[in-house]
Amino acid sequence: MRPLPVGDHGLLIELDDGEDVGALHAELLRRRAAGALTATGEIVPAARTVLVTGIPDPAALAAELPRWQVPPLAPTARQVVEVPVRYDGPDLAEVAELWGVTEREVARIHSGTDFRVAFCGFAPGFGYLTGLAEHRRVPRRATPRTRVPVGSVGLAGTYTGVYPRPSPGGWLLIGTTDVVLWSPEREPAALLTPGAGVRFVPETAV
Amino acid sequence: MSGRSIRVVRAGALTTVQDTGRPGYAHLGVPRSGALDPGAHALANRLVGNEPGAAVLETTLNGCAVRADTPTTAAVTGAPCRVTLNGRPVAWSGPVAVPAGGVLSLGPAEYGVRSYLAFAGGLAVDPVLGSRSTDLLSGLGPEPLTDGATLPLGPARPVRPVSAPTLPWQAPPAELVLPLLPGPREDWFTDGALRTLATGTYRVSAASNRIGLRTEGPALERAREEELPSEGMTLGSVQVPPDGCPVVFLADHPTTGGYPVIGVVPQEALDPTAQAVPGTPLRFVLRRRRAAPGRN
Repeated sequence: MRPLPVGDHGLLIELDDGEDVGALHAELLRRRAAGALTATGEIVPAARTVLVTGIPDPAALAAELPRWQVPPLAPTARQVVEVPVRYDGPDLAEVAELWGVTEREVARIHSGTDFRVAFCGFAPGFGYLTGLAEHRRVPRRATPRTRVPVGSVGLAGTYTGVYPRPSPGGWLLIGTTDVVLWSPEREPAALLTPGAGVRFVPETAV
Repeated sequence: MSGRSIRVVRAGALTTVQDTGRPGYAHLGVPRSGALDPGAHALANRLVGNEPGAAVLETTLNGCAVRADTPTTAAVTGAPCRVTLNGRPVAWSGPVAVPAGGVLSLGPAEYGVRSYLAFAGGLAVDPVLGSRSTDLLSGLGPEPLTDGATLPLGPARPVRPVSAPTLPWQAPPAELVLPLLPGPREDWFTDGALRTLATGTYRVSAASNRIGLRTEGPALERAREEELPSEGMTLGSVQVPPDGCPVVFLADHPTTGGYPVIGVVPQEALDPTAQAVPGTPLRFVLRRRRAAPGRN
């Protein structure tokens, strides 16, 4: 665990992998809720880091962090969001070729994976979901699409994501969902919040 | 609806609704947004008797014009500009009584970039996640103003007189000097890069916007060329994209990013960036981190 300074009142805590990020993020939220951590700003998990801002004394927190007992992520304790999906994306065939399997098998592998929302970014409610194995890694499109439709389910690297609104994007699109990813009237506004578990449920049998 | 509203006569280059933004949602990918010049925003509200965080209009370079559908009190702060009511000059940085049907017009900024126009009662557009701010990065909040649009006003409070000498206003500096605390990724750059950043003269680029203050000047050389996994970004982060020219993240900045941050400008030093016109000379002054705890 390497805490790096961010301005006068922030720390960027670098960790070894996404699992450690998820565990520390959960621990930071627990401590803040219990009044044991003063951080009046944001707590933002990402790929290998957690950013914490609004810390009165970041040097003291940085010194204390290595002594924290951070329990590992408990998968069973997590809330699991089910996302109905049609595996009909325009890049399904390309992903099948990259993985060396049939299109139907892509759907089976994807819908059989326990995903976790590692972090959000890019757009409100866009979650970066981890869970696919390293050998399922795929590149981004060489030329991003200028408009990806809302609800598109895509792959980039080992991440899966769902576009919460139409936007440009370079992810390989394998499917579509009708679920509303982002609604400011809802609490929380994002369907997929950091730490949540996610399962993709095919609308038709695969 | 009370029927209190204003109608946009001339929207200007870019006029948006702004309040104090929506902090606390960065983990969902939501930028904080909010007025770029918080001092001018709060002052405009004070002049019309509003709570300091009420929603106002933020203009960009060439002002705007609006018609009041009901009698109201307005005030213009931030970048000084010619303010007229039905074509006659009225006070800048003071309360102006606007009759029903009166057209209040803000001319081009004489210096600075952004003027703030507050109305008694504040702009009462529907809040999104607790804020009425337009977020230009992610599209939350109301669209930027368009000619003919109507914006509702909230109920006004009685205006308490504010005497002019209590209203200091700092003119935009001829040179922007931004303190910079190194990190978190200064080790992704060569030793020379930090020296270049601290001694080089940059200029504010015309590509600057509410997302970031872009710069032109000596490029900063990376010591590590690999890709940085996306990480959390904060207000004032100085991110260095592949062209080597630092970008200072402002209110509408993305919540995560994949280019290394060489240093961070403390939030309290960012206000002048809101009024820095393209071409303004810009210097970064390295500041070592204070040892003592307990500031806020």
